[in-house]
Amino acid sequence: MGMTMTQKILAAHAGLEQVVAGQLIRAKLDMVLGNDITSPVAINEFEKAGFSEIFDKSKISMVMDHFTPNKDIKAAEQCVQCRTFARHFNLDNFYDVGAMGIEHALLPEKGIVAAGDCIIGADSHTCTYGALGAFSTGVGSTDMAAGMATGEAWFKVPEAIKFNITGKLSKNVSGKDVILHIIGITGVDGALYQSMEFMGQGLINLSIDDRLCMANMAIEAGAKNGIFMVDEITKTYLDERVHRPYKIYAPDEDAVYIRTIDIDLSKIKPTVSFPHLPDNTRTIDEVGDIPIQQVVIGSCTNGRLSDMAIAAEILKGKTVHRDVRAIIIPATQQIYKECIQLGYLEIFIDAGCVVSTPTCGPCLGGHMGILAAGERCVATTNRNFVGRMGHVKSEVYLASPAVAAASAISGKLSGPEEVN
Amino acid sequence: MEVKGFIHKYGDNVDTDVIIPARHLNTSNHKELAAHCMEDIDADFIKNVKQGDIMVAGFNFGCGSSREHAPIAIKEAGIDCVIAKTFARIFYRNSINIGLPILECSEASEKIKAGDEVSINFDSGIINNITKNERYQALPFPDFIKGIMDKGGLLSSIK
Ligand code: SF4
Repeated sequence: MGMTMTQKILAAHAGLEQVVAGQLIRAKLDMVLGNDITSPVAINEFEKAGFSEIFDKSKISMVMDHFTPNKDIKAAEQCVQCRTFARHFNLDNFYDVGAMGIEHALLPEKGIVAAGDCIIGADSHTCTYGALGAFSTGVGSTDMAAGMATGEAWFKVPEAIKFNITGKLSKNVSGKDVILHIIGITGVDGALYQSMEFMGQGLINLSIDDRLCMANMAIEAGAKNGIFMVDEITKTYLDERVHRPYKIYAPDEDAVYIRTIDIDLSKIKPTVSFPHLPDNTRTIDEVGDIPIQQVVIGSCTNGRLSDMAIAAEILKGKTVHRDVRAIIIPATQQIYKECIQLGYLEIFIDAGCVVSTPTCGPCLGGHMGILAAGERCVATTNRNFVGRMGHVKSEVYLASPAVAAASAISGKLSGPEEVN
Repeated sequence: MEVKGFIHKYGDNVDTDVIIPARHLNTSNHKELAAHCMEDIDADFIKNVKQGDIMVAGFNFGCGSSREHAPIAIKEAGIDCVIAKTFARIFYRNSINIGLPILECSEASEKIKAGDEVSINFDSGIINNITKNERYQALPFPDFIKGIMDKGGLLSSIK
């Protein structure tokens, strides 16, 4: 029986010729990831279980991105714990303030993750690296601890949904609108325990940044992972960054997909997720009149250079509405630097935005832009649960960088055409 | 293994941000985490919960972040088992990995009401509603997962 991309990668890492959906396996890991929130729990478990060795110092990444630069004393203590562990085991990929970026923007940028890899991360958006043709999935801290010690993890081999992508995106529509549209179709648990596999002729019209954004939100459909077919665009991206061999897996012709969803990119409009679930989507022409008080452009979903470019194009020469605080957070130091070089920072600051160094910050309601009761934010982040960005009576509207930038100018939820 | 306790009931899509809000994730101390468990949707939960109680919810329980702080907070608060129609997958594996029993059972999720007294046998998957004198059948754990649970969690099972 044929295998999907995910099944092939899992089989290869479990040392098996063949796996089938539902099978429980142990697989070898190419990368184990943690951040400043999840690593301390993992380190505690690792030590409590009495482990004294890690499996491979080049295959563990720790990124201090959530509450950094440290938001308070407790957050600082958690980073000390990670730093001490990383130094003790001499981890190759420990990223502290000054080098760190948001983990899921940083690892692909640095060439740490590649096609064909089997990756776990103690962060749910670890599914992002599927954009590069890897099997990559979020786990918890105990899995991270076991992964660091043994280099293995247990998995249930998932079934898969196929997304057949055709067509070309319209102007001001990006990967974010595509994935919000898809989650609107599947629902927040529509891909539970399953893989989302993206392929089709339309892939050529999706940039790596679009794909990273889409794979990032596979978890918001409940999926175990999202994965894209590797093409020339992927290879070009990988070859510029990855300094080791990688492997490309395509699905077998007779691979079993339990469902196929056709996505015509040309039909997708700017899409917004209303509070309080990512599947509560409306297209921009249906949103009505929603005044807002904050805009956040950043996160592991939309903090990449192309996102900054879209925001800069819309904000150039404009002024942020006086009732809105616009917070822009380039996701990595490299992106931050390029924003300076390309003049985006000046555009943002002249428009009245504040620009932060990389951090998860407001995305998870950590710091750098917490909402008060009754406030509304248009954010390019990935979750709009109750209380996600602050008070339980605040609201988050998930949108693309184009919609967020336009909304910052108009002071209400708006499409880019409305501010031109 | 069998547990018996009183029910705390919630709806669909209970996410990890309400189980333990991110503002409390600047610690990995189990007791501190438990003190804030469910506070954004049920401020009284932590006042009312007793050791050995059971939580029941609808679809997609534990969706959202991978934070193990969520099942840790629930377990540390005193909950001995969570029953739901379905679980988000990371929450599911985290619960198993830390030794918090969870069961999927639609019938139990629909029929059990807050305050009911319920006993659960994990070997048979039978959920016994003592208050209503009803029985519901959940799928028992597969052997692989039972192996992890019996050892009290993943790390003890691989050491
Ligand atoms: S940016 Fe937000 S979603 Fe992404 S890793 Fe950070 S907190 Fe998580």
